[in-house]
Amino acid sequence: MVQRATRGKAAEEVRPPEGVDIPTWERRHVLDLDDFSRREMEQVMETADAMKEVLGREIRRVPTLRGTIVATLFYETSTRTRSSFELAAKALGADVVSVAAGASSVQKGESLVDSARTLQAIGADILVMRHRHSGAPYLVAGHVDISVINAGDGWHAHPTQALLDAYTIQQHLGDLRGKKVVIVGDILHSRVARSNIWGLTTMGVQVVLCGPPTLLPWGLRTDHRGNENRALPPVEVDTNLERAIEGADVVMALRLQLERQQAGLLPSLREYMRLYRVDEERLARAKPSVLVMHPGPVNEGIELSPAVAHGARSVIEEQVTNGVAVRMALLYLLAKGR
Amino acid sequence: MANKDSVAIRGGRILDPGRGVDLVGDVLIREGRIAAVGPGVAAEAGRIIDATGLIVCPGLVDIHCHLRDPGFEHKETIETGTRAAARGGFTTVCCMPNTEPPIDSRAGVEYILRTAAAQGVVRVLPIGCITRGRQGKELAEMGDLAEAGAVAFSDDGSPVADGALMRHALEYASAFALPVIEHCEELSLSHEGVMHEGWVANRLGLRGIPAAAEEAAVARNIALAEFSGTHLHVAHVSTAGSVEFVRAAKKRGIQVTAEVTPHHLALTDEAVMLAASVLSEVEGADGSVGLYYDTNAKVNPPLRPATDVQACIAGLADGTIDAIATDHAPHAIEDKLCEFDLAAFGISGLETALALCLTLTEVGAHGHAPVQLPVLIERLTAGPVRALGLARFVPGLGSLAEGAPGDVLVFDPDAEWVVEPERFASKGKNTPLAGRTLRGRVVATVYGGKVVYQA
Repeated sequence: MVQRATRGKAAEEVRPPEGVDIPTWERRHVLDLDDFSRREMEQVMETADAMKEVLGREIRRVPTLRGTIVATLFYETSTRTRSSFELAAKALGADVVSVAAGASSVQKGESLVDSARTLQAIGADILVMRHRHSGAPYLVAGHVDISVINAGDGWHAHPTQALLDAYTIQQHLGDLRGKKVVIVGDILHSRVARSNIWGLTTMGVQVVLCGPPTLLPWGLRTDHRGNENRALPPVEVDTNLERAIEGADVVMALRLQLERQQAGLLPSLREYMRLYRVDEERLARAKPSVLVMHPGPVNEGIELSPAVAHGARSVIEEQVTNGVAVRMALLYLLAKGR
Repeated sequence: MANKDSVAIRGGRILDPGRGVDLVGDVLIREGRIAAVGPGVAAEAGRIIDATGLIVCPGLVDIHCHLRDPGFEHKETIETGTRAAARGGFTTVCCMPNTEPPIDSRAGVEYILRTAAAQGVVRVLPIGCITRGRQGKELAEMGDLAEAGAVAFSDDGSPVADGALMRHALEYASAFALPVIEHCEELSLSHEGVMHEGWVANRLGLRGIPAAAEEAAVARNIALAEFSGTHLHVAHVSTAGSVEFVRAAKKRGIQVTAEVTPHHLALTDEAVMLAASVLSEVEGADGSVGLYYDTNAKVNPPLRPATDVQACIAGLADGTIDAIATDHAPHAIEDKLCEFDLAAFGISGLETALALCLTLTEVGAHGHAPVQLPVLIERLTAGPVRALGLARFVPGLGSLAEGAPGDVLVFDPDAEWVVEPERFASKGKNTPLAGRTLRGRVVATVYGGKVVYQA
């Protein structure tokens, strides 16, 4: 493949924000956390610290990625992830090209690979993509030379969310090793849960998954014919929230898609709330220092009681703020690594 | 005296498992038919093939393939599909009727036979639809289809969801003594699934097709076959539970036969995510994509875990499964170069079938006992002929009996070759085996006394 001249130039112009040590960074794509080492996760978090400092300045912008083009290609509607990436890119001085699938040639029958190649051809250096089908970013990464960041693919992965979650936990609780994180809700359809399982276990966290059996992935354990589960790192699974939440350092509730009830996976929202809503009574079983998290958007009152969602233990808004810093860190590291 | 049109295949190990033949000698074909088999029977002939050190057996019979013609000629035609068959050692193929229009009428069967006669390289036996337009609502005109030359009925690609209609299909087809080949899938269970439901699907975040989707349908259809007392042929068995149901049904004397594909015998669901070798070479260490969603391993029924593969192999070895059938499903590049969820199901299998099956003769990666070569060849020749009762259409088919069609395969069981889809005769380059080294290569395929492929 022909290397475009601008790419070398963009890389040269990348300068670390003041006070940031340049760690070694070899990765070209961020597709999931399944192949991230502990050191790489720490690098992202250390870099995010510096980015957070930038975001605290009066003028929240540095020219570090001037001349770099970040393209966002979203095949699913998203407010927070997309704007988080765009703010992150702009704060680093990068140019942003946004393609909403509805408004592009996607609807005219153009294939995913062609759409991605078109963005590469117009000069994008980093492609941030979200897609409703699992694996779509892997297809793209196999057919372009530029960096691909997975901003969520189907049920599969959402690595930047998991990185910002780990970062948020670390900000409050320090070293993640030995901490107990309970992920509650629709694990089966959750890319957030899958990426968090990889990221958190890599950091030494004890992960407990909790939800109704119909929303827990089949094959988490050895199947009925004795085929061992090798899907995900070892996690604990508990269908009882009271038991699961005991002594937790973090309780992370997942968004419940309301159509799960129509699909026959739940008898009613009422029963879901009765069994799996994180409320103050249940939260009292966790550590007093417990953090309450949610990737958003929250179905107010369903996954979390309002008192918990907006209570003293909630760090949900901080997750959003940290998301910009973590995404700045990733954009920086990828651009620098080019 | 040497007949100009005769073919002598000399000095090979002759395997005709349907008749218990396993000897070193010659096969003489004269006037398109097997004239003699034995040591030194073919001293002279118009054409001589030296088979020393090679295996000589009846031309392979595939009772389940998709030739895509009419309607999807960009994926395959009867010409390219039969060329692929010859290259894979097959001299007879039964083509499924899920074309456009579907083969649900006399005219459709006649089109297949006429086109095959004009362009086909090997024998084509058409399978007609069970239901009109493959809609699963009303029976197709099976009498007309049978008269025109259909050898079985199937809505393959789709199951007959309605139990009463399936019952009626089995009953009605028995008037023509033809089997109903059923693609066993309970759609409410496989609903939108794209691969086997197990840890790999969970790992990849893909919607799963549970083994129970197949097993529930197999169980229902066996119950209907027992009830109606007619012949059910179970297409592409892929799970341990299905093998168990078929085994039990046969034990009870129910008229049921079954087939399995080479890919369900040799590959597991891990093939969907482990084709990364090719990519990582391209990408190098820094750009490695890691996981891989190989749409070329997307197939229905899906590739299953090792325990199911082992059960299929055991079922093949003990005769529960009568035949190996390719389910050759060629697709165009664009049908596979897309999101996994959107990719078409199917593997282009005719040209890799023999070599993939030969892996079973060795102690396998799946921990199964080796399948004996004569057993394996039986499941590719006499087995499929018996399963569908094809000898009544072509006497002697699948054997090297004197007077049988001069359909012979000569292959080298030890020769290694690399799967290069771009060299396939099939238009379908969709195989998860690209780049893999396989052992067992077709040396010559003889159909009706004519050499239709020679390496």
